[in-house]
Amino acid sequence: QDNRISIWSVGDLGNGGLNGEYQGEPQLLCDIGHNGDVMDMQFLDQERIVVASSTGTVTVFRHHQNNQTLSASQRWEKAHYHVDQDTSCGAGAACTGVICNNPEIVTVGEDGRINLFRADQKDAVRTIDNADSSTLHAVTFLRTTEILTVNSIGQLKIWDLRQQRNEPSQIFSLAGDRVPLHCVDRHPNQQHIVATGGQDGMLSIWDIRQGTMPVSLLNAHEAEMWEVHFHPSNPDHLFTCSEDGSLWHWDTSADISEKPSFLHQGGRSTTYFSHNTINQSVVSAWLSNDPTKDRMEITNLIPNQTLSVNSLDILGPCLVYGTDAEAIYVNRQLFA
Amino acid sequence: ALTGCVAGTGEEGPSSSRLFVVRKDQDIYIQTLRKLFNESHGIFVGLQRSEEELAGKSRKAQLVQVSKNYRSVIRACMEDMHQAAISTRDPALHSQYSTQVSILSAMELIWNLCEILFVEAAAAGPLLLRLLDWVRLHVCDVDNMVREVLSSENPSKHGLFWNVVDVFVLQGRMDEARHLLSKEASANPTSVNMYKILDDLMKKMPVPTLGNTQTLTEMELKWQHWHEECQRYLQDGTFASNSHMESICKILLGDEDAILEKKELMTTWYHFLVTRLLYSHPTVKPMELRFYAQACMDLFLGGESSPEPLDTILMAAFEFEMHQVIKECSIALSNWWFVAHLTDLLDHCKLLQSHNLYFGSNMREFLLLEYASGLFSHHSLWQLGVDYFDHCPEYGRVYLELHIERIPLNTEQKALKVLRICEQRQMHEQVRSICKIMAMKALRNNRLGSALSWSIRAKDAAFATLISDRFLKDYCERGCFSDLDLIDNLGPSMLLSDRLTFLGKYREFHRLYGEKRFPEAAKLLLMLMTAHIAPCSFWMTLLTDALPLLEQKEVIFSAEQTYELMRCLEDLTAGKSDKQKFQDDDVETVKVEMLRLALARNLARVIVKEGTLEGS
Repeated sequence: QDNRISIWSVGDLGNGGLNGEYQGEPQLLCDIGHNGDVMDMQFLDQERIVVASSTGTVTVFRHHQNNQTLSASQRWEKAHYHVDQDTSCGAGAACTGVICNNPEIVTVGEDGRINLFRADQKDAVRTIDNADSSTLHAVTFLRTTEILTVNSIGQLKIWDLRQQRNEPSQIFSLAGDRVPLHCVDRHPNQQHIVATGGQDGMLSIWDIRQGTMPVSLLNAHEAEMWEVHFHPSNPDHLFTCSEDGSLWHWDTSADISEKPSFLHQGGRSTTYFSHNTINQSVVSAWLSNDPTKDRMEITNLIPNQTLSVNSLDILGPCLVYGTDAEAIYVNRQLFA
Repeated sequence: ALTGCVAGTGEEGPSSSRLFVVRKDQDIYIQTLRKLFNESHGIFVGLQRSEEELAGKSRKAQLVQVSKNYRSVIRACMEDMHQAAISTRDPALHSQYSTQVSILSAMELIWNLCEILFVEAAAAGPLLLRLLDWVRLHVCDVDNMVREVLSSENPSKHGLFWNVVDVFVLQGRMDEARHLLSKEASANPTSVNMYKILDDLMKKMPVPTLGNTQTLTEMELKWQHWHEECQRYLQDGTFASNSHMESICKILLGDEDAILEKKELMTTWYHFLVTRLLYSHPTVKPMELRFYAQACMDLFLGGESSPEPLDTILMAAFEFEMHQVIKECSIALSNWWFVAHLTDLLDHCKLLQSHNLYFGSNMREFLLLEYASGLFSHHSLWQLGVDYFDHCPEYGRVYLELHIERIPLNTEQKALKVLRICEQRQMHEQVRSICKIMAMKALRNNRLGSALSWSIRAKDAAFATLISDRFLKDYCERGCFSDLDLIDNLGPSMLLSDRLTFLGKYREFHRLYGEKRFPEAAKLLLMLMTAHIAPCSFWMTLLTDALPLLEQKEVIFSAEQTYELMRCLEDLTAGKSDKQKFQDDDVETVKVEMLRLALARNLARVIVKEGTLEGS
């Protein structure tokens, strides 16, 4: 297998590409080989990327911008591993999720283990063995000292990393069948709003201040939801992608006709809606029990879906997603 | 693919044994070809899903577009491969990539011809125009020369000037030829007259049009007229003083020898064919092609060289022998990609009679099955193969069932993808089998929660029972539960198996006890036994758990409940044979004695309590 980590540049709107190529075609800047499948990755800072591997290794790559190369700057081998009961020999377990808050890195894996690393420190700062009896599929920061994890028996757990005990501080679970949860993301501004996606394609919105069950369950995709992301600067927009090949844009911003026309800026990359009053009602929009009442618009961004969309990310007006058809798509005018 | 075999003699006797060296199909591992496989998969699926209701012209236009899409994918791949060939420093890789480029180029050549002749089924008139485009697109050996001359300061003084003019004429690129000739004319005033006449002839040459502006007969008449005019000028000796111009005029007249002289500039017999047709039979009908093709190939090769595989394939196409084309391509090419997709497209054009191959399925299906099976040997391209199997009505499902179970599942995510594919196609056997494999792996790694999650997915009650027994065993050995987060949160999945239900309820009992909710705990404990949720082997443990409840200061079990407990105890002890009782060690007998005592004491207390009247 020849898996690679690659860095691409997508030309700016209005400029021709480096070689006068057709603008908009992503250019490969540099790449480096990777051992095992890339299960998850995140930027640690402007230059470093943390990558989680199916071999159980977590690697930090550094992108040297001056000569456009990548190099592995740190590696934690066997961050995740199984110990076979009968033979007592260890084997790597896939590391399924990684989240960074420079300099801290938290990883979770199929071994149910949570690791807390610090960049540039050789050993793990903290390891919670057997944190979960099932596979941990994803992790995200709730606050700087607390993390959220989701597992394959449908539980959302909060862990307080300041505390020494190896127990979650809170456990939430779905009401009905314990459908595995595959992804989790927290609202960028309102820290009590959390979204998770399940194996049945269901999107769940949780209010972690109250109750142990989700506030709303939205029937979304027809197969596993692999990733869910709130837009970092426009959090009334949510994006989900799934094994069924679709990528949905969930838009709870108020109905267009209600906005004064000068606020509806469209696709400029530097202008965002800044309507604080509407934000107030947006808070309840995610938490309301009846999404239809608040006119949530849901759009499938992929016209001809075939194979699974495995991963997506958004920043500003730019959306990137990758599919099982070995293709990467970039949409640079998301709100146009 | 079989790459070699070695004959050896066995020691036992003179009979030779053969050792076959079998090698995997390497093509699927070439990085740049992956783009070809992925993109063509998208086109293939789109074609299968496309509207069948569209009839006639719009359907044909749609199919031609599909064909063009396939071709553009091939070209894109060729570009990438070419870039890779240039940029690599490894000579072995360079030669491999270069070979691939020429193979891809040949594939596009063949496909393009098939598109013209079969998919678009160009009629006489447009047929020639398409063939001209085809030649111009694919015979590029002369491009460098053309570029060189055009970019030089004084083209007409360039040594290869006339070659380039000839190239343009041979390819029917009249305007470009005339443009170059005008430079010669301005440089050489003496031949202005000749130039003007030639230019005029070239300008006036009738060509078939794509629209309906003229009928074939009209065109033929015009052409005949024009041909005679050229003939006159030649015979008058107008171009006698300039051999170049004279030969051009002869070419315009379709003179075979004159055209053949320019063999080097045409490089291939099919170029020769199209040039000949342009200048002698521009309104050629599709069915007439075969005669001209054979004649041209013979003339061009002239007995010096024998036809190569590519030549045979093209000839078969000109002869409209579709099956022959497919057969020859299958032999010549190293993987099934080309024939599978082309055959599928031709099938959609309703051009292939479904004559069944002797082992049952038709040719299209056979080729698709072979291609898709090849994809399954790749660690990630197998996902494409699934869609191909889906569109093979006879054997697709069976092939998929067999292949999908053999995909190595090294991560849970991959297993989930495979499972989703199986579930969408109601392949329940495969779902069960894969879930069992994953559950066993999880169990071996002591991931009980994961194991349970897999059994829930497969609705595998037996496995759930197995996992619950593991938990209970752990409890008995250690005296406490492991993985409480799992057992405490089983939810409705508890109902998957009786043992699992018992586990959940038993844990609930412990929780109630821990919270000092004794009456509820007692009730639950009793229910576990009387409702036969608990396995018989566990009854002793349950009764022992009842002891502290019986010994409480406050009376917890009612008379009814105590009687029930006693009954359970008797059932348990009665069930044992005498031999077992004899084998029971002291601990067992002591336990039973203690229980009997506790039960009796509790009964006494509760009868008194229940008999006492409140108040007075």
